[in-house]
Amino acid sequence: MGSYITFPELLIWLPLLAGILCFFTKREQSARSLALLFSLIILGISAASLFYTGTKYATWNAVIYFYPNNIGNTFFVGLDGTGRLLSFLTALAFPIIFIATYKNNYKNAASFYGLMLLTQSGLMGVFCSMDALLFYFFWELALIPVYFLCSKWGGEKRIQATFKFFVYTFTGSLLMLTGIIYVYLHTSGKVFEDGTQVAHSFALSSFYNATLSGQEQNWLFWLFFIAFAVKMPVFPFHTWQPDTYDQSPTSVTMVLSGIMVKMGLFGVVRWLIPLFPLATVKFSHIVMVLSIIGIIYASCIAIVQDNLKKLVAYSSIAHIGLMCAALFAMNQVSVQGVMLQMFNHGINIIGLWIVVDLLEKQTGVKQISKLAGVANKAPVLTILLVIIALANIALPLTNAFTGEFLMFSGLYKFNPWYAAVAGIGIILSAVYTLNMIQKVFYGNTVSTTEAIKDISWNEKFILGFIVCLIFIIGIYPQPVIDLTREAVTALVSKIK
Amino acid sequence: MDIKAYIVLALTLFTIGIIGVLVRRNAIIIFMCVELMLNAVNLLLVAFSKMHAVSTAAKALPTFASDAQIFVFFIMVVAAAEVSVGLAIIVMLYRNTHSVDVNFLNRLKN
Amino acid sequence: MNNVLQIAWLIPILPLIGFMINGAGRNVLSKGISGFIGSAVVFASFLLSVYVFIQVKNGNTHVAHYFNFISVDFLKIAFDFKIDQLSSLFLLIITGVGFLIHVYSTSYMHEEPAKDFAKYFAYLNLFVFSMLILVMGANYVIMFIGWEGVGLCSYLLIGYWFKNNDYTNAANKAFIMNRIGDLGFLLAVFWLIAKAGTVSFDEVFSAATLAKLSTTDITGITLLLFVGATGKSAQIPLYTWLPDAMAGPTPVSALIHAATMVTAGIYMIARSNILYTMAPLTQGVVAIVGLTTAVLAATIALKQNDIKKVLAYSTVSQLGYMFLGLGVGAYTGAVFHVMTHAFFKALLFLGAGSVIHAMGGEQDMRNMGGLKRYMGTTHLTFLLGCLAIAGMPPFSGFFSKDEILAAAYANNPVLWGIGVITAMMTAFYMFRLYAMTFVGKFRGTHEQEHHLHESPAAITIPLIILALLAVIGGWVGIPEVFMHGGHRLEAFLEPVFEQSNAITVKHELSHATEYMLMGISVAGALIALLYAWNKFSKYEKTEVPSAGFSKLVENKWYVDEIYNAIIVQPLRSLSVFFNNVVEKKGIDGLVNGTGKAVNYGSRQLRWLQSGQVGAYVLLMVIGILVLFIIQLFL
Repeated sequence: MGSYITFPELLIWLPLLAGILCFFTKREQSARSLALLFSLIILGISAASLFYTGTKYATWNAVIYFYPNNIGNTFFVGLDGTGRLLSFLTALAFPIIFIATYKNNYKNAASFYGLMLLTQSGLMGVFCSMDALLFYFFWELALIPVYFLCSKWGGEKRIQATFKFFVYTFTGSLLMLTGIIYVYLHTSGKVFEDGTQVAHSFALSSFYNATLSGQEQNWLFWLFFIAFAVKMPVFPFHTWQPDTYDQSPTSVTMVLSGIMVKMGLFGVVRWLIPLFPLATVKFSHIVMVLSIIGIIYASCIAIVQDNLKKLVAYSSIAHIGLMCAALFAMNQVSVQGVMLQMFNHGINIIGLWIVVDLLEKQTGVKQISKLAGVANKAPVLTILLVIIALANIALPLTNAFTGEFLMFSGLYKFNPWYAAVAGIGIILSAVYTLNMIQKVFYGNTVSTTEAIKDISWNEKFILGFIVCLIFIIGIYPQPVIDLTREAVTALVSKIK
Repeated sequence: MDIKAYIVLALTLFTIGIIGVLVRRNAIIIFMCVELMLNAVNLLLVAFSKMHAVSTAAKALPTFASDAQIFVFFIMVVAAAEVSVGLAIIVMLYRNTHSVDVNFLNRLKN
Repeated sequence: MNNVLQIAWLIPILPLIGFMINGAGRNVLSKGISGFIGSAVVFASFLLSVYVFIQVKNGNTHVAHYFNFISVDFLKIAFDFKIDQLSSLFLLIITGVGFLIHVYSTSYMHEEPAKDFAKYFAYLNLFVFSMLILVMGANYVIMFIGWEGVGLCSYLLIGYWFKNNDYTNAANKAFIMNRIGDLGFLLAVFWLIAKAGTVSFDEVFSAATLAKLSTTDITGITLLLFVGATGKSAQIPLYTWLPDAMAGPTPVSALIHAATMVTAGIYMIARSNILYTMAPLTQGVVAIVGLTTAVLAATIALKQNDIKKVLAYSTVSQLGYMFLGLGVGAYTGAVFHVMTHAFFKALLFLGAGSVIHAMGGEQDMRNMGGLKRYMGTTHLTFLLGCLAIAGMPPFSGFFSKDEILAAAYANNPVLWGIGVITAMMTAFYMFRLYAMTFVGKFRGTHEQEHHLHESPAAITIPLIILALLAVIGGWVGIPEVFMHGGHRLEAFLEPVFEQSNAITVKHELSHATEYMLMGISVAGALIALLYAWNKFSKYEKTEVPSAGFSKLVENKWYVDEIYNAIIVQPLRSLSVFFNNVVEKKGIDGLVNGTGKAVNYGSRQLRWLQSGQVGAYVLLMVIGILVLFIIQLFL
């Protein structure tokens, strides 16, 4: 390895290849198996990449290709701590999704699985690219298949919802593109190893060293931030999310909520903060206040939400708000917490969606008020859900606790009042989660839940797996923390 | 002769052309009016070319200032090509609709 | 590392294993087996706790390090257990009383289907596990794991009969109330991290760290920790969950009220005693909140007719006492009262459970009466429990309550006065309960009367053991006036509180004063007791609606209603406002409005595309003219 092919290349090309192969399959079963098989292979590779870190394996983890007629853009992909963690999350999420929805039938399954894998490729590209133009390319590549997935396989109001989603994210993307071009024009020239000389460069390092005055940083910051804020999403850029989550097919929702929202946070980590450190310091209060308003606001809406899917969506907005706030606190502890929590949130929310999907499939309703007493009929499902839900509200010894604990202590160090107000979100999250459990799972069964069955092998396996991960990371989070330690130190030092 | 006379004539022809295009509905007449406008421009070009040619500065030059007159030929050639295509369209139009009224041709609307 | 106490991890792990076996095998295990496993693991923990206790008694304390839980930058949180006098004492109480409750449950819950029976025992074991983690944790974060863990277990157990919406409401209430407190706890921990950079007990309480903290820091941290304690230990303003927690099976109430959960707040403050001693302001707040809670809960208990509700409010009241003790610096007294309270409150709850069992689920005391004829053992043990809680010498409650009252007197006689009045109320409502339940003639239905019987041995044996403890449990802390060196508990706990004792000024009461104080409180309690006996031993059911003060008390001072009006409803309205107005009309309106504006504009512009060639040419000409004008004149 290394001199032939590198981890990031494998992670990007394999899903792409698998996706294209899927388009050509004839039967649903073969598309499904092919997708699952490839996603498992990718998971294996990604898992292996976790162990080959450090300078000794540098050539395994990064590669750069030049184009002829260079304008300073390259195919430069590499894995650093953050990218490694998130690409592993991506690699992990797809098999989970495929197994959990193994029994779902899709019209035109070949395209469905093909598009899913294309999304994966795009996501991997986002997390691996070390070149601004390439980053933008993958950023869009991840978006477009999702658009088709939602609009073809979604619910009744899918066109409206996807349109909203697309306009929101695309507006953000264009703003970011403007920003990228501006920064590009302010990068210094570079001589590449093969002798090509360019006036400006899209390479990450050139971007980090771009000469930007404080004034320029101020408005560029917002160009980038809006793009990332829409993806996360941060209040008040969030209204696409509940609608999209509600209308998308659940496996796409899992991708959206489990991984896509991390693209926004990742963008902040990889591009926004290192590029505009002055503006970050200047605007951190505004961003944090927005995020914290978002926590309280989304939690409140979740309390009165009757639509189960929207409830999960708003809960996710609240959690992401906390991560965003902690990220801008910019100290080692809080950022480390964000890293850990990005991974945990991905796992937990996918688990929640699996349960919601099961309920919706079996009963045909997603209104909380129409469900009751599921625990009578499906005890295993209930136990697994309760554990995942408790992880969602960050109970100690579940994975989210360690993440939230670190985030809150970092946030507190930055400003105690922010931590205190954001802390109200902890209480509110308990309120809406427990209400949901009580209304949906406890009580006596009603007509909709009369015929509900307990979960089958694939769901039991995958939810059990998620629960195991929840506890393992909850009890011993150190390996995940260590994975991103260097990246976090480097990031935090950018600010100081 | 004073250049003004040429300009006035050209403008008159051009205005007649414009008004013709605007008010008439017969495609052939509109077509003729377009030609009229082109020729008004041609006239202007030739007039200005002559004017510059007789000026003292131009006399000193070794070559004759003929750019504008070359343009005129260009325009005439293009106009001829245009006439051949345009008339063909109008003929086809007449065959299909039995009319050369341009206001009849709004089927692309909506 | 080679300290024998390193094996302390076995103590919490055993109940956890029990939880796992019962939880995983709930569909295959028979009732006998799951009950046995559930009880056996706790008994094994108890034996280990005894071993640990003996080790500690011989002077061997230890911080057992296992692994690093979180290590980021300067923040290092180790998964450590601290075994010292305080935690070993709590270990004994938790596993000992916990074991008796497990044994009791095997009989009490016997009518449940095997699956639920195993689930029940799994939850009980998890509860014990969480509580053990709480007291063994060597830093605030590990403590917090147990802290939230007991909250979770109480949620699970209160909502054990999950088909009943009232019960699940009570469970939600318990969890959410606890979470409010937990936020306070967490903020205190963050404050500590920000200022002291560590959360480990040994480091925080070291002189070097304490020197780093300003008075504001210490006051703030202790106040926030106390907010946590009010949630867990059911003090004003977060006490309302505890009476509602009666929705769970009766042994669970015993477990929550006696051995676990509610004592967590006391334990935490006793553990952080040095911080509290250094923050007199907080101490004042603790004492006042404790006393107010004690009085308030006692008044409510006066008029309750549900046997479990009386006991629940009595717990709140007794916990108030303990906080009073903590507030006036009588840490040993508070811990002592935790211990004696664990004995007699477990006894009372289990006794009440035995009564409810015999009555076929009836909990209203107005329908009981004369039960002493049917249930000899239960009656006798219950009476002993009542005497103990009423503070009659030489029962255990007398010693611990007296110690707290004496310390309160030394601090401020007003505190003492209110304390004595509360003690009188305690005696009154306990004997009201006793008289209404066991004395007089039976007031229930014939069917119930026919059904009355003494409970089986699995129920009565724990009662007898607890009764014994309730009687003699106080003898480890005989005050100095009676016997020199009689307070063996104080001597045992000395190392834990020595830092605090070093900086507090000791108010030595003269022996005469102490005798007087004891005399007054015992006499007062005795009067209240006899009055209650007199009034209720011939109780007849009447349907007179109460009015005025007694109506206020009967309705628990309308605290639930007030909370509902000032917190729950506004929150709900705010949420609805956010959802319907801000979200849908505001943000979505703005977003959709932009779309609609573009749409509308395009629709208007469309009319320009008339399809008339003439119109296009006209526009073109006008456009050219405009350009000319701009070019020439502007």
